[in-house]
Amino acid sequence: MSKRTDRLMRGVFIASATFVSIIIFSIILFVGKQGVQTFRDVSPAEFFFSTDWTPLENRYGALVFILGSFLLTGLALLFAVPFAVGGAIFLAKYAPSWVREILRPAVDLFVGIPSVVYGLVGLTVFVPWIGKATGTAGFGVLAAALILAIMILPTILSVSEDALRTISRSLEEGSYALGATRWQTIRLVLLPAASPGVLTGIILGMGRAIGEAMAVQMVIGNAPLLPTGPGSPTSVLTTEIVKDMPNSIFGSTVNNALFLMSLVLLLVSLVLILLIRVIASRREV
Amino acid sequence: MTSEKIRVQDLNLYYGDNQALHDIQLSVKKGSITAFIGPSGCGKSTLLRTLNRMNDLIDNVRITGKVYVDEQNIYDNQVDVVQLRKHVGMVFQRPNPFPMSIYDNIAYGPRIHGIKKKRDLDEIVERSLQQAALWNEVKDRLKKSALGLSGGQQQRLCIARMLAVDPDVLLMDEPTSALDPISTLKVEELTQTLKSRYTIIIVTHNMQQAARISDYTVFFLNGHLVEASETNAIFTNPKDKRTEDYITGRFG
Ligand SMILES: Nc1ncnc2c1ncn2[C@@H]1O[C@H](COP(=O)(O)OP(=O)(O)OP(=O)(O)O)[C@@H](O)[C@H]1O
Ligand SMILES: [Mg+2]
Repeated sequence: MSKRTDRLMRGVFIASATFVSIIIFSIILFVGKQGVQTFRDVSPAEFFFSTDWTPLENRYGALVFILGSFLLTGLALLFAVPFAVGGAIFLAKYAPSWVREILRPAVDLFVGIPSVVYGLVGLTVFVPWIGKATGTAGFGVLAAALILAIMILPTILSVSEDALRTISRSLEEGSYALGATRWQTIRLVLLPAASPGVLTGIILGMGRAIGEAMAVQMVIGNAPLLPTGPGSPTSVLTTEIVKDMPNSIFGSTVNNALFLMSLVLLLVSLVLILLIRVIASRREV
Repeated sequence: MTSEKIRVQDLNLYYGDNQALHDIQLSVKKGSITAFIGPSGCGKSTLLRTLNRMNDLIDNVRITGKVYVDEQNIYDNQVDVVQLRKHVGMVFQRPNPFPMSIYDNIAYGPRIHGIKKKRDLDEIVERSLQQAALWNEVKDRLKKSALGLSGGQQQRLCIARMLAVDPDVLLMDEPTSALDPISTLKVEELTQTLKSRYTIIIVTHNMQQAARISDYTVFFLNGHLVEASETNAIFTNPKDKRTEDYITGRFG
């Protein structure tokens, strides 16, 4: 009886895993199939290395958006990770339990805030600030990065904090017993031990940052130009897709190019995730 | 009086409302081995952990009384806990190697205390592992993860890790409970060779072990210190009926 249930459940799990894989694979396949048709009209060199995106005059250079996505995600992580990990350390190891009991649910609440709300905050707070500070309109990559950083901070913090708290107390004691200070213990024992979890948090945050369209579109300025400063309007893969997709006909070159941009987005996030995993596994003993 | 390394005075310890140690008085001689014996839950680990203030890390622990190490009350406000723990090393009841290489595990202590030169570290690592009778088994895999070691090897690694910071008091909480007879013998021999330079307190459930290696034995029951005396005396001529019952295996 139990053997049969066992076999049955095994079948169910394999079937659902296969099903999910098929769906994901079909999406990649579909996006890819549409995307590569771009190359019937546009050379790969132009698409990947030209910064001139003028579909009306048949110029389809996507370099601005590709670089923009990297830059924006990188900046967002740069702003978010130190605070997120610092906050996680504080909550897990320094905060008295009543502080933690208030802050922890609050952090989780922030994870659930819709991105349009963040966009609005960016629009009404960051854009004017940056505008004033740089003497521009304020729309641009800095405002977008700040907004994204705030958006992904709770995710990274929450996952990192969980990771830190699940480290066995005996490890911590082992370190203290050798005369380590609290900071040494955190830095040399707890953080390395928690690093797979922290990394998962960073990957989740990064995934959200690189794929976010709404909040970014509200503050980045949406011009297909390389940014020349913190307050210069630019565009990234997601925002350009959102902006141009509704005005394009399925099967047209612009439309195909937008699909190709989606494919690039997909591959870029995959590559980044793999990269982080590789770096992490190399650091492990 | 100068030969006294540790003195525990009027010590009470509470986990929340639950009193785990009652009015403990104890004196430990420098350069001696003291065995803590008693049934499970009687407070052996708890008392051991008060000697390097490990209980500070647990919420809701309240301690009254005094513990002198080298005539300094370690519960005084101005005591530097980090310095204290450098002098009073500890091996835990369950092996707790860090998730890093064998080498880094041993080098951890010396490194945090400022030893940086590779040659010095190499030497400390080898010496500590030799002392803990682990060197021959791991000398070819020092860069491998310590988590790949067997339970008994991990425990000896933790002993080596403690020795690497060169403490003068060794607190060992059932260091051989996870070891096979041969490694147990090695650790017991180790305690004998270390004895001249260190003051050792060892918790054990193994009466023969206590009798074999210790100079003094302390018997605890339900958080009370029942009897403390020279090991010979306690095993041949216990003064308290409860001690006699315990060591002859009539309860516990
Ligand atoms: N962290 C803790 N919080 C609350 N109570 C604790 C804690 N640690 C130990 N105790 C309690 O204190 C008492 C003494 O425990 P302790 O671990 O010192 O016993 P022990 O003599 O070392 O036992 P064993 O031989 O099983 O290791 C027990 O009743 C135990 O339940
Ligand atoms: Mg114990």
